[in-house]
Amino acid sequence: MAVTHPLVRIEGLHKSFGSLAVLKGIDLTVQQGQKISLIGPSGSGKTTLLRCINFLEEPTQGSIYLDDRLLGQREVHGRRVPMSDAELARMRAEMGMVFQRFNLFPHLSVLENVILGPTRVQRRTRAEAIEQAEDLLNKVGMFPKRDAYPEQLSGGQQQRIAIARALAMRPKLMLFDEATSALDPELVGEVLQVMRRLAEEGMTMIIVTHEMRFAESVSDQVVFMADGNIVEQGPPRQIFRESTVERTRSFIRAVQEH
Amino acid sequence: MDPSALAKSLEMLPYFLKVLGFGALTTLGLTFAAFVVAAVLGFVLALMRLSRSKPLNWVASIYLEIFRNVPILTQLFILYFGLTYVGITLPAVGAAILGFGLNGAAILSEVFRASIRTINRGQAEAAYSIGMTRAKAMRLIVLPQAFKVAIPGMTNFVIGLLKDTSLASAAAVPEMTFRAKMLVSETYQTNLIYFLLAIIYLALSLLIAYGAARTERRLNVVEER
Repeated sequence: MAVTHPLVRIEGLHKSFGSLAVLKGIDLTVQQGQKISLIGPSGSGKTTLLRCINFLEEPTQGSIYLDDRLLGQREVHGRRVPMSDAELARMRAEMGMVFQRFNLFPHLSVLENVILGPTRVQRRTRAEAIEQAEDLLNKVGMFPKRDAYPEQLSGGQQQRIAIARALAMRPKLMLFDEATSALDPELVGEVLQVMRRLAEEGMTMIIVTHEMRFAESVSDQVVFMADGNIVEQGPPRQIFRESTVERTRSFIRAVQEH
Repeated sequence: MDPSALAKSLEMLPYFLKVLGFGALTTLGLTFAAFVVAAVLGFVLALMRLSRSKPLNWVASIYLEIFRNVPILTQLFILYFGLTYVGITLPAVGAAILGFGLNGAAILSEVFRASIRTINRGQAEAAYSIGMTRAKAMRLIVLPQAFKVAIPGMTNFVIGLLKDTSLASAAAVPEMTFRAKMLVSETYQTNLIYFLLAIIYLALSLLIAYGAARTERRLNVVEER
């Protein structure tokens, strides 16, 4: 049997903004096919951690490995230097990211949003990119809106298209940054349903979320963070029902009260 | 004005229009050429100001402060007369294009910089997340959106430029205002000539504003409600 290696490995990750330390030494590994939810109070650093994994934030200290390759930096004669923009872009293309505010490109139609990466970054043919995009739009239930523009769509519809846009790059893992937090309550379900289906298909996922029931039912592992540290990590049952860590218990109690 | 004098003025109208018409062509050509110089250089300056490199920021800022804060007429005189002292003689039209272009670049760079900064950072981040380099994200995502934002500012600039080119008459560039002055000293029909001049400037400005408004509408992907 081949030696399995983690898809993502994070070692001693620190991130500060000026004098404010947001991440204070994070270690985390994500295996192929795993679904990991990051939960915790706001300001706990979970979004920053996710953004570091996509290198939208540059870590202050520590290492992130994607498929055993150091992310964002190169070792030259034992010293680390920043990667070139092109190298970093290639590594980022292996991960899909879904943002809280969707960030669809407003000057492009739905279909153009989805094929932009495949055609302009991966240099695949337009015909093939369109075929794939139509499949993906079908999958997220947005095929009828392929020629619409983002501003004509609801938040839930935009977010489903954003997921299709990320999937069009055929990523090895998907990062979700509070993907439903900006949505009206009645639109949350349609996005979670798409995410759930993706999980069932075996996609590796790292999910920052406030949807506790979703996190509990979809994740293999739940990571509870507070004040820039991982307080506790384990299967959903352990975190949500059987935790012996007081910090975890009080957070779970607080979010389950309403 | 007595009737015979009015009749005499109107008799000259075709001649005035012909001379001013040639002047208008020069004015438009000068405006267009200066705009091209200003837009290209202004764009480079805007990118320099937005870049993460401190030296590039400084160079662009120093340029901006010099060209924004010296009167354009002074700049024209330096280019046209002043440079002859160091052995560079520019033709009047060349000096005017350069002068308005260099000055306009300072103004347009601010228009461009402000437009680019209005584009939400999430747009660039989304572009990076699908594997785009910084340059590609700028080119495919940020600039097309920023361009639309920049249109009103650019329109203001071009209309201002069209009118400012009248200053080139001081350096004997045969644009519209210069020709109007010549006509006045030739015929003494001061009122009629300057009235015509005003009408033509107004008409050209309105035309530019109309063209810009059309372009802006065309770039709206979705009809605005």
